[in-house]
Amino acid sequence: MKGATVIEPIDKPLVIGKFRFQNRLFTGTGKYSSLELMRDCMEASACEVTTVAVRRERLVDRSGRSLLDFLDLKKLTILPNTAGCFSAEDAIRHARLGRELLSNLGNPGADWVKLECLGDPRTLLPDPLDTLRATETLVNEGFTVLVYCSDDPVLARRLKKLGAASVMPAGSPIGSGQGILNPNNLKIILEDLKGEDPEYPVIVDAGVGAASDVSVAMELGCDGVLLNTAIASAGDPLRMAHAMRHALAAGRLSYLAGRIPKKLYAQASSPMEGRIAGQGPKL
Amino acid sequence: MIEVWINGETRSFPAPLSVGKMLDELGLPSNRVAVEVDQLLVPRAEHAGRLIAGGEKVEIVTLVGGGSEGGDRD
Repeated sequence: MKGATVIEPIDKPLVIGKFRFQNRLFTGTGKYSSLELMRDCMEASACEVTTVAVRRERLVDRSGRSLLDFLDLKKLTILPNTAGCFSAEDAIRHARLGRELLSNLGNPGADWVKLECLGDPRTLLPDPLDTLRATETLVNEGFTVLVYCSDDPVLARRLKKLGAASVMPAGSPIGSGQGILNPNNLKIILEDLKGEDPEYPVIVDAGVGAASDVSVAMELGCDGVLLNTAIASAGDPLRMAHAMRHALAAGRLSYLAGRIPKKLYAQASSPMEGRIAGQGPKL
Repeated sequence: MIEVWINGETRSFPAPLSVGKMLDELGLPSNRVAVEVDQLLVPRAEHAGRLIAGGEKVEIVTLVGGGSEGGDRD
Protein backbone atom coordinates (compact mmCIF):
# COMPACT_ATOMS: atom_id res chain seq x y z
CA MET A 1 0.00 0.00 0.00
CA LYS A 2 1.44 3.33 -0.99
CA GLY A 3 0.32 6.89 -0.45
CA ALA A 4 -2.05 6.19 2.42
CA THR A 5 -2.11 9.12 4.84
CA VAL A 6 -2.91 8.56 8.47
CA ILE A 7 -3.92 11.80 10.10
CA GLU A 8 -4.18 12.28 13.85
CA PRO A 9 -7.84 12.91 14.66
CA ILE A 10 -8.71 16.47 15.62
CA ASP A 11 -9.84 16.80 19.23
CA LYS A 12 -12.82 18.86 20.28
CA PRO A 13 -11.93 22.12 22.02
CA LEU A 14 -11.78 22.51 25.78
CA VAL A 15 -14.68 24.77 26.77
CA ILE A 16 -14.68 26.68 30.07
CA GLY A 17 -17.54 29.17 30.25
CA LYS A 18 -17.20 31.38 27.19
CA PHE A 19 -13.57 30.31 26.63
CA ARG A 20 -12.54 27.70 24.04
CA PHE A 21 -9.06 26.26 23.64
CA GLN A 22 -7.52 23.63 21.43
CA ASN A 23 -4.54 23.05 23.72
CA ARG A 24 -5.28 21.61 27.14
CA LEU A 25 -1.99 22.48 28.83
CA PHE A 26 -2.10 25.58 31.03
CA THR A 27 1.20 27.00 32.20
CA GLY A 28 2.33 29.34 34.96
CA THR A 29 4.72 32.25 34.62
CA GLY A 30 6.67 31.94 37.88
CA LYS A 31 10.12 30.71 38.84
CA TYR A 32 11.84 31.12 35.44
CA SER A 33 15.47 32.18 35.51
CA SER A 34 14.72 34.76 32.81
CA LEU A 35 11.70 36.23 31.08
CA GLU A 36 13.17 35.17 27.73
CA LEU A 37 13.25 31.55 28.88
CA MET A 38 9.66 31.81 30.10
CA ARG A 39 8.55 33.10 26.72
CA ASP A 40 10.39 30.33 24.85
CA CYS A 41 9.01 27.61 27.14
CA MET A 42 5.52 28.93 26.63
CA GLU A 43 5.93 28.64 22.89
CA ALA A 44 7.42 25.13 23.19
CA SER A 45 4.53 23.99 25.39
CA ALA A 46 2.00 25.33 22.84
CA CYS A 47 -0.15 26.58 25.70
CA GLU A 48 -2.95 29.02 24.93
CA VAL A 49 -3.48 29.91 28.58
CA THR A 50 -0.97 31.07 31.14
CA THR A 51 -1.57 32.14 34.69
CA VAL A 52 -0.17 35.24 36.39
CA ALA A 53 -0.14 36.62 39.92
CA VAL A 54 -1.14 40.05 41.19
CA ARG A 55 1.47 41.85 43.28
CA ARG A 56 2.39 45.32 44.47
CA GLU A 57 4.05 47.50 41.86
CA ARG A 58 7.58 48.51 42.74
CA LEU A 59 7.69 52.22 43.40
CA VAL A 60 11.49 52.39 43.35
CA ASP A 61 14.20 50.40 41.57
CA ARG A 62 11.91 49.20 38.86
CA SER A 63 14.04 47.39 36.31
CA GLY A 64 11.87 48.51 33.42
CA ARG A 65 11.42 44.89 32.31
CA SER A 66 7.88 43.76 32.78
CA LEU A 67 6.39 40.30 32.54
CA LEU A 68 3.81 41.88 30.26
CA ASP A 69 6.47 42.59 27.62
CA PHE A 70 7.17 38.87 27.37
CA LEU A 71 3.61 37.60 27.07
CA ASP A 72 1.97 37.54 23.66
CA LEU A 73 -1.28 39.16 24.76
CA LYS A 74 -2.77 38.77 21.28
CA LYS A 75 -2.30 35.00 21.32
CA LEU A 76 -2.49 34.05 24.99
CA THR A 77 -5.46 34.22 27.30
CA ILE A 78 -4.09 35.34 30.64
CA LEU A 79 -5.55 33.63 33.68
CA PRO A 80 -5.11 35.86 36.75
CA ASN A 81 -4.75 33.90 39.97
CA THR A 82 -5.09 34.66 43.64
CA ALA A 83 -1.87 32.87 44.55
CA GLY A 84 -0.56 33.62 47.99
CA CYS A 85 -3.98 34.47 49.47
CA PHE A 86 -4.81 32.91 52.82
CA SER A 87 -8.39 34.16 53.19
CA ALA A 88 -11.53 34.49 51.10
CA GLU A 89 -11.40 38.28 51.53
CA ASP A 90 -7.85 38.59 50.20
CA ALA A 91 -8.61 36.24 47.32
CA ILE A 92 -11.67 38.28 46.34
CA ARG A 93 -9.65 41.50 46.38
CA HIS A 94 -6.94 39.92 44.24
CA ALA A 95 -9.54 38.59 41.79
CA ARG A 96 -11.04 42.06 41.36
CA LEU A 97 -7.60 43.61 40.88
CA GLY A 98 -6.69 40.94 38.32
CA ARG A 99 -9.89 41.64 36.41
CA GLU A 100 -9.10 45.36 36.39
CA LEU A 101 -5.53 44.74 35.17
CA LEU A 102 -6.61 42.50 32.32
CA SER A 103 -9.48 44.79 31.33
CA ASN A 104 -6.97 47.64 31.04
CA LEU A 105 -4.78 45.43 28.86
CA GLY A 106 -7.72 44.42 26.69
CA ASN A 107 -7.10 40.71 27.28
CA PRO A 108 -10.06 38.30 27.34
CA GLY A 109 -8.71 36.87 30.61
CA ALA A 110 -10.40 39.74 32.46
CA ASP A 111 -13.52 37.62 32.85
CA TRP A 112 -12.04 34.69 34.69
CA VAL A 113 -9.90 33.86 37.68
CA LYS A 114 -8.01 30.93 39.14
CA LEU A 115 -9.11 31.06 42.73
CA GLU A 116 -6.67 29.97 45.41
CA CYS A 117 -7.37 30.27 49.11
CA LEU A 118 -4.52 28.61 50.91
CA GLY A 119 -4.54 27.22 54.42
CA ASP A 120 -0.94 27.73 55.46
CA PRO A 121 2.41 28.57 53.87
CA ARG A 122 4.09 25.26 54.74
CA THR A 123 1.77 22.90 52.90
CA LEU A 124 0.09 25.43 50.57
CA LEU A 125 -2.95 23.17 50.80
CA PRO A 126 -6.22 24.91 50.01
CA ASP A 127 -8.52 26.07 52.80
CA PRO A 128 -11.79 24.41 51.83
CA LEU A 129 -14.07 26.73 53.83
CA ASP A 130 -12.62 30.00 52.52
CA THR A 131 -12.43 28.49 49.04
CA LEU A 132 -16.18 27.82 49.14
CA ARG A 133 -16.96 31.32 50.45
CA ALA A 134 -14.80 33.07 47.86
CA THR A 135 -16.23 30.92 45.05
CA GLU A 136 -19.76 31.95 45.96
CA THR A 137 -18.92 35.66 46.07
CA LEU A 138 -16.92 35.67 42.84
CA VAL A 139 -19.56 33.66 40.94
CA ASN A 140 -22.14 36.21 42.11
CA GLU A 141 -19.90 39.00 40.83
CA GLY A 142 -19.93 37.42 37.37
CA PHE A 143 -16.50 35.87 37.34
CA THR A 144 -15.80 32.62 35.52
CA VAL A 145 -14.23 30.89 38.50
CA LEU A 146 -11.71 28.07 38.17
CA VAL A 147 -11.13 26.72 41.63
CA TYR A 148 -7.93 25.22 42.95
CA CYS A 149 -8.95 22.65 45.55
CA SER A 150 -7.85 19.41 47.14
CA ASP A 151 -8.81 16.11 45.54
CA ASP A 152 -11.80 15.74 47.87
CA PRO A 153 -14.77 14.50 45.82
CA VAL A 154 -17.37 16.00 48.18
CA LEU A 155 -15.77 19.44 48.11
CA ALA A 156 -15.52 19.23 44.33
CA ARG A 157 -19.26 18.60 44.09
CA ARG A 158 -19.97 21.52 46.42
CA LEU A 159 -17.83 23.83 44.30
CA LYS A 160 -19.53 22.80 41.09
CA LYS A 161 -22.92 23.33 42.70
CA LEU A 162 -21.90 26.84 43.74
CA GLY A 163 -21.21 27.67 40.11
CA ALA A 164 -17.48 27.08 39.68
CA ALA A 165 -16.81 26.95 35.93
CA SER A 166 -14.06 24.41 36.50
CA VAL A 167 -12.80 22.47 39.47
CA MET A 168 -9.03 22.15 39.64
CA PRO A 169 -7.96 19.45 42.08
CA ALA A 170 -4.33 19.23 43.10
CA GLY A 171 -2.52 16.06 42.07
CA SER A 172 -0.24 16.64 45.08
CA PRO A 173 0.92 19.74 46.99
CA ILE A 174 1.92 22.80 44.97
CA GLY A 175 5.48 22.63 43.67
CA SER A 176 6.07 19.23 45.31
CA GLY A 177 6.54 17.35 42.06
CA GLN A 178 4.95 14.25 43.56
CA GLY A 179 2.59 13.76 40.63
CA ILE A 180 -0.91 12.30 40.98
CA LEU A 181 -0.93 10.83 44.47
CA ASN A 182 -4.52 9.66 44.58
CA PRO A 183 -5.81 8.74 41.14
CA ASN A 184 -8.82 7.05 42.73
CA ASN A 185 -10.06 10.32 44.18
CA LEU A 186 -9.63 11.98 40.80
CA LYS A 187 -11.62 9.14 39.21
CA ILE A 188 -14.45 9.72 41.69
CA ILE A 189 -14.37 13.49 41.05
CA LEU A 190 -14.50 12.88 37.31
CA GLU A 191 -17.42 10.47 37.71
CA ASP A 192 -19.33 12.76 40.06
CA LEU A 193 -18.83 15.99 38.13
CA LYS A 194 -19.01 14.68 34.60
CA GLY A 195 -21.50 11.84 35.02
CA GLU A 196 -24.52 13.81 33.89
CA ASP A 197 -22.52 16.71 32.51
CA PRO A 198 -19.71 15.16 30.44
CA GLU A 199 -18.37 18.49 29.21
CA TYR A 200 -17.80 19.88 32.71
CA PRO A 201 -14.07 20.69 32.83
CA VAL A 202 -11.89 19.14 35.52
CA ILE A 203 -8.29 20.33 35.35
CA VAL A 204 -5.43 19.01 37.45
CA ASP A 205 -3.62 21.92 39.05
CA ALA A 206 -0.42 21.46 41.02
CA GLY A 207 1.90 18.61 41.84
CA VAL A 208 3.16 17.69 38.38
CA GLY A 209 6.83 16.71 38.45
CA ALA A 210 7.45 14.99 35.14
CA ALA A 211 5.83 14.52 31.76
CA SER A 212 4.42 11.13 32.74
CA ASP A 213 2.31 12.84 35.46
CA VAL A 214 0.60 14.91 32.78
CA SER A 215 -0.14 11.78 30.76
CA VAL A 216 -1.56 10.05 33.84
CA ALA A 217 -3.92 12.97 34.52
CA MET A 218 -5.12 13.03 30.94
CA GLU A 219 -5.49 9.26 30.75
CA LEU A 220 -7.74 9.38 33.80
CA GLY A 221 -10.04 11.63 31.76
CA CYS A 222 -9.13 15.05 33.11
CA ASP A 223 -9.76 17.88 30.67
CA GLY A 224 -6.46 19.64 31.14
CA VAL A 225 -3.42 20.17 33.31
CA LEU A 226 -1.98 23.33 34.80
CA LEU A 227 1.68 23.28 35.73
CA ASN A 228 4.47 25.72 36.42
CA THR A 229 7.36 24.44 38.52
CA ALA A 230 7.79 21.20 36.58
CA ILE A 231 8.90 23.22 33.55
CA ALA A 232 10.42 26.30 35.16
CA SER A 233 12.59 24.39 37.63
CA ALA A 234 13.51 21.45 35.36
CA GLY A 235 17.18 20.90 34.53
CA ASP A 236 16.44 22.01 30.96
CA PRO A 237 13.15 23.91 31.08
CA LEU A 238 12.82 24.31 27.32
CA ARG A 239 13.22 20.59 26.70
CA MET A 240 10.73 19.87 29.48
CA ALA A 241 8.22 22.28 27.91
CA HIS A 242 8.36 20.20 24.73
CA ALA A 243 8.01 17.03 26.81
CA MET A 244 4.90 18.39 28.51
CA ARG A 245 3.30 19.20 25.16
CA HIS A 246 3.89 15.66 23.93
CA ALA A 247 2.81 14.11 27.25
CA LEU A 248 -0.46 15.96 27.21
CA ALA A 249 -1.18 14.95 23.64
CA ALA A 250 -0.23 11.32 24.36
CA GLY A 251 -2.36 11.12 27.50
CA ARG A 252 -5.35 12.72 25.84
CA LEU A 253 -5.17 10.47 22.79
CA SER A 254 -4.76 7.44 25.03
CA TYR A 255 -7.85 8.42 27.04
CA LEU A 256 -9.94 9.02 23.92
CA ALA A 257 -8.70 5.79 22.35
CA GLY A 258 -9.79 3.77 25.38
CA ARG A 259 -7.26 1.69 27.21
CA ILE A 260 -7.46 -2.09 27.46
CA PRO A 261 -8.68 -3.48 30.75
CA LYS A 262 -6.02 -4.67 33.17
CA LYS A 263 -5.92 -8.45 33.51
CA LEU A 264 -4.13 -10.67 35.97
CA TYR A 265 -2.84 -13.13 33.37
CA ALA A 266 -1.00 -12.73 30.09
CA GLN A 267 -2.79 -12.74 26.78
CA ALA A 268 -0.61 -13.63 23.81
CA SER A 269 -0.79 -11.29 20.88
CA SER A 270 0.54 -13.94 18.46
CA PRO A 271 -1.69 -16.85 17.44
CA MET A 272 -1.01 -20.20 19.15
CA GLU A 273 -2.17 -22.06 16.06
CA GLY A 274 0.32 -22.90 13.34
CA ARG A 275 3.37 -23.11 15.55
CA ILE A 276 6.08 -25.49 14.34
CA ALA A 277 6.52 -28.69 16.33
CA GLY A 278 8.40 -28.02 19.53
CA GLN A 279 8.57 -28.94 23.14
CA GLY A 280 5.82 -26.67 24.49
CA PRO A 281 5.67 -25.41 28.03
CA LYS A 282 7.83 -27.08 30.65
CA LEU A 283 5.37 -26.25 33.44
CA MET B 1 1.31 68.78 51.98
CA ILE B 2 -0.53 65.46 52.25
CA GLU B 3 0.70 62.03 53.24
CA VAL B 4 -0.55 58.81 51.66
CA TRP B 5 0.33 55.20 52.38
CA ILE B 6 1.22 53.61 49.05
CA ASN B 7 2.08 49.92 49.03
CA GLY B 8 2.98 50.11 52.68
CA GLU B 9 5.24 53.19 52.39
CA THR B 10 4.48 56.81 53.25
CA ARG B 11 4.53 59.21 50.33
CA SER B 12 4.09 62.96 50.40
CA PHE B 13 2.43 65.14 47.78
CA PRO B 14 2.22 68.95 47.82
CA ALA B 15 -1.61 68.95 47.66
CA PRO B 16 -4.58 66.64 47.23
CA LEU B 17 -4.57 65.00 43.81
CA SER B 18 -6.51 62.54 41.66
CA VAL B 19 -5.55 58.86 41.40
CA GLY B 20 -4.62 59.52 37.77
CA LYS B 21 -2.32 62.39 38.72
CA MET B 22 -0.80 60.29 41.51
CA LEU B 23 0.11 57.56 38.98
CA ASP B 24 1.65 60.21 36.73
CA GLU B 25 3.71 61.54 39.64
CA LEU B 26 4.91 57.99 40.38
CA GLY B 27 5.70 57.37 36.71
CA LEU B 28 3.33 54.41 36.46
CA PRO B 29 1.37 53.71 33.25
CA SER B 30 -2.32 53.48 34.12
CA ASN B 31 -2.98 50.63 31.67
CA ARG B 32 -0.50 48.35 33.47
CA VAL B 33 -1.57 48.80 37.06
CA ALA B 34 -4.70 48.46 39.17
CA VAL B 35 -5.41 50.74 42.12
CA GLU B 36 -7.19 50.19 45.40
CA VAL B 37 -7.93 53.03 47.80
CA ASP B 38 -8.77 51.91 51.32
CA GLN B 39 -9.35 48.37 50.06
CA LEU B 40 -11.78 49.43 47.34
CA LEU B 41 -10.91 49.07 43.67
CA VAL B 42 -10.82 52.33 41.70
CA PRO B 43 -11.42 51.38 38.06
CA ARG B 44 -9.27 53.12 35.47
CA ALA B 45 -12.25 55.10 34.18
CA GLU B 46 -12.53 56.69 37.62
CA HIS B 47 -8.84 57.55 38.08
CA ALA B 48 -9.31 61.14 36.99
CA GLY B 49 -12.29 61.73 39.25
CA ARG B 50 -11.17 59.97 42.45
CA LEU B 51 -9.46 62.46 44.75
CA ILE B 52 -6.76 61.51 47.24
CA ALA B 53 -7.09 63.93 50.14
CA GLY B 54 -4.41 62.47 52.42
CA GLY B 55 -4.35 59.63 54.94
CA GLU B 56 -5.60 56.99 52.51
CA LYS B 57 -4.10 53.55 52.21
CA VAL B 58 -3.42 52.93 48.53
CA GLU B 59 -2.40 49.69 46.85
CA ILE B 60 -0.98 49.80 43.33
CA VAL B 61 -0.56 46.36 41.80
CA THR B 62 0.57 44.80 38.57
CA LEU B 63 0.87 41.33 37.06
CA VAL B 64 3.92 39.26 37.89
CA GLY B 65 5.12 35.75 37.17
CA GLY B 66 3.39 33.14 39.26
CA GLY B 67 1.74 29.77 38.96
CA SER B 68 0.34 28.56 42.18
CA GLU B 69 3.01 29.19 44.71
CA GLY B 70 2.91 32.97 44.78
CA GLY B 71 4.33 35.74 42.70
CA ASP B 72 7.87 36.19 41.51
CA ARG B 73 9.64 39.50 41.35
CA ASP B 74 12.62 39.29 39.02
